[in-house]
Amino acid sequence: MTEKIIRSSGLYPEFPRKGGAAPTATHYCPGCGHGIIHKLIGEAMSDLEIQDRSIMISPVGCAVFAYYYFDCGNLQVAHGRAPAVGTGASRAEDDAVVIAYQGDGDLASIGLNETMQAANRGEKMAIFFVNNTVFGMTGGQMAPTTLIGEKTVTCPEGRDPMSTGYPLHMCEILNNLKAPVFIERVSVSDISHIRKARKAIKKALEIQRDGKGYAFVEILSTCPTNLRQDAEQSTRFVNEEMEKEFPLGNFRDLSAETEPLKRGKSDFSKAAIDRLFNLETESSPDAIRDPGFPEVQIKAAGFGGQGVLSMGLTIAHAGCDASRFVSWYPSYGPEQRGGTSNCSVVISGGSIGSPVVYTSDILVAMNKPSLEKFAADVREGGVILYDSTIGECDIPAGVRGIAVPAVRIAQEAGSVKAANTVMLGVMLALGVTGLSGENFRSAIAETFSKKPKLISLNHDVLEAAVAWAMENV
Amino acid sequence: MSDLQENKEPYPVINILECKACGRCIAACPKDLLQLSVDLNERGYRYVEYSGGSCTGCANCYYTCPEPLAIEIHIPLKEK
Repeated sequence: MTEKIIRSSGLYPEFPRKGGAAPTATHYCPGCGHGIIHKLIGEAMSDLEIQDRSIMISPVGCAVFAYYYFDCGNLQVAHGRAPAVGTGASRAEDDAVVIAYQGDGDLASIGLNETMQAANRGEKMAIFFVNNTVFGMTGGQMAPTTLIGEKTVTCPEGRDPMSTGYPLHMCEILNNLKAPVFIERVSVSDISHIRKARKAIKKALEIQRDGKGYAFVEILSTCPTNLRQDAEQSTRFVNEEMEKEFPLGNFRDLSAETEPLKRGKSDFSKAAIDRLFNLETESSPDAIRDPGFPEVQIKAAGFGGQGVLSMGLTIAHAGCDASRFVSWYPSYGPEQRGGTSNCSVVISGGSIGSPVVYTSDILVAMNKPSLEKFAADVREGGVILYDSTIGECDIPAGVRGIAVPAVRIAQEAGSVKAANTVMLGVMLALGVTGLSGENFRSAIAETFSKKPKLISLNHDVLEAAVAWAMENV
Repeated sequence: MSDLQENKEPYPVINILECKACGRCIAACPKDLLQLSVDLNERGYRYVEYSGGSCTGCANCYYTCPEPLAIEIHIPLKEK
């Protein structure tokens, strides 16, 4: 006999990413509303045949693991930033169905600004706002939506509006904006409410399928664990107390009269991106894949103001000039001068997986703290260039330490400020970067292109440093 | 009731490993056909059992269940 089977769709048939004893069960607590909402969203995505176009944005909150469950694309973003990242995704891929799934902490607390800005721009995205009046993941703290008098671990006497204000009504707030296409508040407290929620969720996704703009669905949900309720009490709490504060209903549905919003296809060609960043395409030629080129990892460190970041940048430019793949990754404190800073540079014959350098082939240390901090991370057979004013120091076994009188050479060649360029010259003379003198000279020209007087000065310093290295190393 | 007749009625399939005993489906069943087990499942929860009988296939239990894969509703289609 043939059967019709009602079962979940749009979700994975198993959740192997979750791991644990029951790979078919969610990580949610008994009686939690998330699983119900997941099911409704999954079903709507499947019915509307938009799974392949959908990008679910996981929130920070209990539903952070949404990618365990939803059978569609996923982005995991920082707390509250779903509308901002969703804006990018939606505009980069005009055909994408962007779905932000956010809790009351994520959406109405830390992410309130993004929420309102994205709604006000009418971004093409469906926002599912799960309101259970409490921060679940972190252990039941007061949320912006906590009811007056409701007890949480951070308002054990009940929320007092004199000190913590009133519950935020997100649908009502957003309904003051012109751009949103659809705003509705529903509940998943019990089965009759779930059936209405199902329609609203499907509607919001239909609007996305058709590319019509911003849809916001607030879903009153249950958190039996943190609110110390059983299933029945949690249903009653939503129906009798939450609904009083947050009346259900449709606030706006302009979907019938709204035309699809076409933003056009994005151009990700190199020329277009270079134009966007105001780069001259000719000055940064495409990297050429060269498996024979051994990857070089460089760390440059010193006080802020010693030019370690710009030294790193010059090496990266030299790598570009040689058509290598390069990355430059700075790390520094808030100070303009003083404080320590360092940067990591990778030069490679293939794509660079991570710009972070944990063990370096070359360390350039412009001061003692930097040398002490990073010397132990230099690979065996690697090189440490340090300023000779640092004096006596321990160089790890198997590593070549070279004390370079960088400040003195720079001073003699024209400017004490060019000590960093001296280090480049020594690097060049040692041949440890796999880059040529011409690469370094044109990189210096690029670095100082806005101060042309400094180009020849730094070229002179580079030559002096090479000469010193030839004689002394 | 014969086997043949019984198979013509809709019925829920409950995957007991997923059940966490929240009891939402029990409250949602219009025919009171669901109950909590005496035994525990592998993970230590009591689980929901179908007592059999007059399931209408309304799928209330499926929709109200917080575990997406715990309940399926099977509805036999009438042969023409």
